[in-house]
Amino acid sequence: MTQPATAPLRAPLDIEFDYTRSLGPVLSQFMAALAQRRILGARGADGRVHAPPFEYDPVTAEPPGDLLPVGPEGTVVSWSWMPEPLAGQPLAVPFAWALIRLDGADTALLHAVDAGSAAAMRTGLRVRPRWSAARTGSIRDIACFEPSGGPAVPDDPGTAEAADGMTVTPVRLHYMHTASPGEGFYLRGLAERRLLGQRCGVCGQVYVPPRGTCPADGVPTHEEVELSPSGTVTTFCIVNVGYPGQRVTPPYVAAAILLDGADIAFGHLVLGCDPSEVRMGMRVRAVWGDEGVSHFEPNGEADAPYESYERFM
Amino acid sequence: MSEVAVVGFAQSPVAVRDDATTSGVEMLVPTIAEAFGACGITKSDIGFWCSGSSDYLAGRAFSFVSAVDAIGAVPPTMESHVEMDGAWALYEAWVKVLTGDADIALAYGFGKSSGAELRRVLALQLDPYLVAPLWPDSVSVAALQARLGLEAGRWTEKDMAEVAARSRAAAAGNPAAQVSGSVTAAELLDRPYVAEPLRAHDCAPVGDGAAVVIIASAARARELCERPAWITGFAHRIDSGSLGARDLLSVPSAAGASSAASADVGSVDVAELHAPFTHQEILLREAMGLGGDVAISPSGGALCGNPMFAAGLARIGLAARAVMSGRAGRALGHATSGPALQQNLVCVLSGASS
Repeated sequence: MTQPATAPLRAPLDIEFDYTRSLGPVLSQFMAALAQRRILGARGADGRVHAPPFEYDPVTAEPPGDLLPVGPEGTVVSWSWMPEPLAGQPLAVPFAWALIRLDGADTALLHAVDAGSAAAMRTGLRVRPRWSAARTGSIRDIACFEPSGGPAVPDDPGTAEAADGMTVTPVRLHYMHTASPGEGFYLRGLAERRLLGQRCGVCGQVYVPPRGTCPADGVPTHEEVELSPSGTVTTFCIVNVGYPGQRVTPPYVAAAILLDGADIAFGHLVLGCDPSEVRMGMRVRAVWGDEGVSHFEPNGEADAPYESYERFM
Repeated sequence: MSEVAVVGFAQSPVAVRDDATTSGVEMLVPTIAEAFGACGITKSDIGFWCSGSSDYLAGRAFSFVSAVDAIGAVPPTMESHVEMDGAWALYEAWVKVLTGDADIALAYGFGKSSGAELRRVLALQLDPYLVAPLWPDSVSVAALQARLGLEAGRWTEKDMAEVAARSRAAAAGNPAAQVSGSVTAAELLDRPYVAEPLRAHDCAPVGDGAAVVIIASAARARELCERPAWITGFAHRIDSGSLGARDLLSVPSAAGASSAASADVGSVDVAELHAPFTHQEILLREAMGLGGDVAISPSGGALCGNPMFAAGLARIGLAARAVMSGRAGRALGHATSGPALQQNLVCVLSGASS
């Protein structure tokens, strides 16, 4: 058999998900106030004022009483310099991260300071918030802080549309995904319109797609096997539900297919016939598309007897 | 209390591995095999498995399930997972052996830290309402802590560079280390800041890796290991999730975990500390009361190899190895998690069963 090419297959993997979170009674007030360009804190049982406010007193575990206004100016307690800002951070130009103790508070808020240069930053620096023009009830309603002594930005009330009690946090992450050697072997086979698997040297089972490791024995699998493009439907379901990103319009069949010569079924689509015709034991063959196997379709052979696939379900 | 000992340890070399997947299988299979070989056991001897890893490194949900391929879970086995460093998986395994549910247990941790921009991904461990939406990266957050100590006179940038220089020299004897070599603090201080006041040498390198620790009950430990490393204390603690409300120059969770693990932690011969930043080693030594006669991180520590979710477990494994080899009578392994040393775990090991 051919040996897998040595270079691992790698590709960018960008994932995006927005968390919608309920804020609860304390942070709802805090965020609604931010939208109105005010900052609130909470006084603890020990008399210390926390800003941002705590939801439960760190000493007594009691919820706070009425929140009180703090700041909006404050003093830098510590800072670090961000020479090359990362995606999603408050500023795209070099800036300082700072712990800022707002006037009237005893704890610090973490935010960005648009100081221009590290030389302009120091502990003890007085800073004031720069408000976002379009505020939604989020910590990002404060665009950043800026040195208090600088020229004042003309007051623009902007807009405030805080969703009641909710906040949405977008998350965007960028990975370089690496296929395992077994996966790479399989994917390169697909490019040649071949279905490739691996056999475990201990138990003799043939896995397709190959996993590189036998999940039963926990040992690397080395022996490569080419499989028939024909197989048997061991079980299936008819998908009637639509969802974002769906490539086939419901109803359609998602099936577990046992390729001839394999010891494990894998999931794929069965198209090319009415969903009501698909049945356990149906014989199918791979239909190739631009990205490997597009789907399976009936190959016209007589159904496989139940005994031939029952131990693979 | 019944006794439990570490009887085996292995770790993969720490490196940025283009061939490693986020499932960890390629790193784990040889590492588990090495640990089995040292103990003369096979997978069927393991009564309980527990792993530590994170979906945020993998970029997909339930990523740890793929790693189960590495343990050969057929027939089905008793298995668990923590979304934490493998050191916390070891804690769960230790409890499992203490309760008598298993005689031999294996904890593993793995992380492909290089799959994404690690310092950015780690922003997602912060408060999701008030902090994470700003994407403060882990290096910047550590830098805020470092400056507090610098300006309070607790340490100097030279002190920090000396931690790095000592660690790199020590790592020359550690084949798993990602960074090692001879360099002076003065040379390091000539280099630029990456997140002022931190320079590159102040920050652990980004590296991929896996670690495996095998523990056994008293009845089995002596069969598997000539000189088991008996776990005489094991504890973990956590500080507030509110960065701005914490006193970042005291580490109550490290002090608390260490005193809960041992009333006499200052008398250990070796302490392997999980300090991903130079100033954090100084903070941890002070918080735990480790004196000048304790050998600190003779492996080079996390500053010379910090595979996420494996580095803490590896610290315990290295501490255990010091005991198993007879180089130490008592040793301490420490693991941290979260921003700026928020969570800390301490495991104390001894060549003498109590």
